[in-house]
Amino acid sequence: MAILSEHEREHMVETLGELEGNVKLTFFTQDFECESCRHSHELLKELADLSDKMSLQVYDFKEDKQAVEKYRIDKIPALAVEGEKDYGIRYFGTPAGYEFTALLEDILDVSRGTVELSQETMEELQGIDRLIHIQVFVTHTCPYCPRAVRTAHKLAQASDWIQADMVSAVEFPHLANKYDVFAVPKVIINEGIEFEGALPERHFVEKVLMALSSRT
Amino acid sequence: MYDLAIIGGGPAALSGAVYAGRKRLNTVLITKEIGGQLLLTSEIENYLGFESITGAELADKFARQMAQYDIDEIIGEKVVELIKEDGLFKIRTEGDRTIKTRAVVLASGKRSRTLNVSGERELAGRGVAYCATCDAPLFAGRKVAVIGGGNSAFEAVIDLLPIATEIFLIDIAPHWLADPILIKRMEGSPKVKSFQQHRVVEILGERRVSEIVIEPIEGGEIKELEVQGVFVEIGLVPNSEFVEGLVKMNRYREIVVDCHARTNVPGLFAAGDVTDVPEKQVIISAGEGAKAALSAYRYLIRQQGQV
Repeated sequence: MAILSEHEREHMVETLGELEGNVKLTFFTQDFECESCRHSHELLKELADLSDKMSLQVYDFKEDKQAVEKYRIDKIPALAVEGEKDYGIRYFGTPAGYEFTALLEDILDVSRGTVELSQETMEELQGIDRLIHIQVFVTHTCPYCPRAVRTAHKLAQASDWIQADMVSAVEFPHLANKYDVFAVPKVIINEGIEFEGALPERHFVEKVLMALSSRT
Repeated sequence: MYDLAIIGGGPAALSGAVYAGRKRLNTVLITKEIGGQLLLTSEIENYLGFESITGAELADKFARQMAQYDIDEIIGEKVVELIKEDGLFKIRTEGDRTIKTRAVVLASGKRSRTLNVSGERELAGRGVAYCATCDAPLFAGRKVAVIGGGNSAFEAVIDLLPIATEIFLIDIAPHWLADPILIKRMEGSPKVKSFQQHRVVEILGERRVSEIVIEPIEGGEIKELEVQGVFVEIGLVPNSEFVEGLVKMNRYREIVVDCHARTNVPGLFAAGDVTDVPEKQVIISAGEGAKAALSAYRYLIRQQGQV
């Protein structure tokens, strides 16, 4: 049975009608798929079928070592959302529930190749000179989480130095435990900086810059 | 310069935006989040036209209806200051934007009330939670306490029932205030232990919550309950701090409005849960939001040549 209802499909076809450039969804799973891998895979297949400008590339986490390394994948299900290049936008865990909205917005952004951020943020991103890894822990029932995910993904799209991951706390409980995730969204930047809540762009960027200066 | 700024993103604000859009007012909507408290409501069964709909779906429908009109949006930022100068309003957001407008509809809603006990603030986000919808899935296989006896407390218990191993429901009142239909859904569950007429003394824990201390309100034996999560669901407080001193409020810090949604400040209108209008319901907020936008329209018309 299809995951997306007819009504949802109609709405998405309309939304995806705004796509400008091509979008590639690069998905990592394995031969014997875990339940959330299977669910994510099915959802992405249905989504990719809704527009000629979208394609789905599937890799096996165990077999396709080269791709796993290239995309820096360390757990599955994993998804990279690519436009004319790989911006470092990642989803670890099913991009479902409230996060599906974030995925659709990411798709539109990478298709356009531009992202809406303030001039001040764009200038500050220019100063980044080393890799920044942002992890945003979410639950699928959290209405505030997509905003944090989107801010992180926008920063990743705007800077080649940033990789930003959505991480489903329920699907990766060992990571939720490791980072003491008891409230979502919880954001971890380069292991050293952490905060809870969907901060406005300006404050989010301040935290990124703190991670940069703390040299963690 | 805008004709109208609507502060908030819940039913009152979105309904107001639809009406302002239809009147072709040059309008901006400023909100931390589209949906307001709707986003924290799992099932709505009393909004006319929908027998049953989730809060998120209803918020989405409201937002789409608003999107049909030419409304500017500033989303993701809280308003931190609203002042009136020379007959105009100046709004400052936490992102340091300044917006000037001729009229304002304040529909900033309410947020969770805190317990104000030792350990609560220190352990917020470390097991003390205010959004059961968001955080309940993080407490799988754990013992939790839910504080409160109203609908939101029972909804939290219902969210936690399939997830937590044991739920302590703690409330100061002698009787539950929740709707009977919600109480019935919880009754009979061996996971739930109720402590009515008990107050929370403190929340303990080093890096995360480990215990909650409660006592009977009439006095008696203090109990220490081992929990990893504390969900605080004891009602709401209005988001009205940023208009403190500007506008008349009642003793609950709700903004006082008349039957035209007017405050005591000309050009400043208010609607929804942030006001003293009785019965905080989605359908009432939506109606009040519409009324506030129409009142703002009439106010602007009276200011000749301003629209």
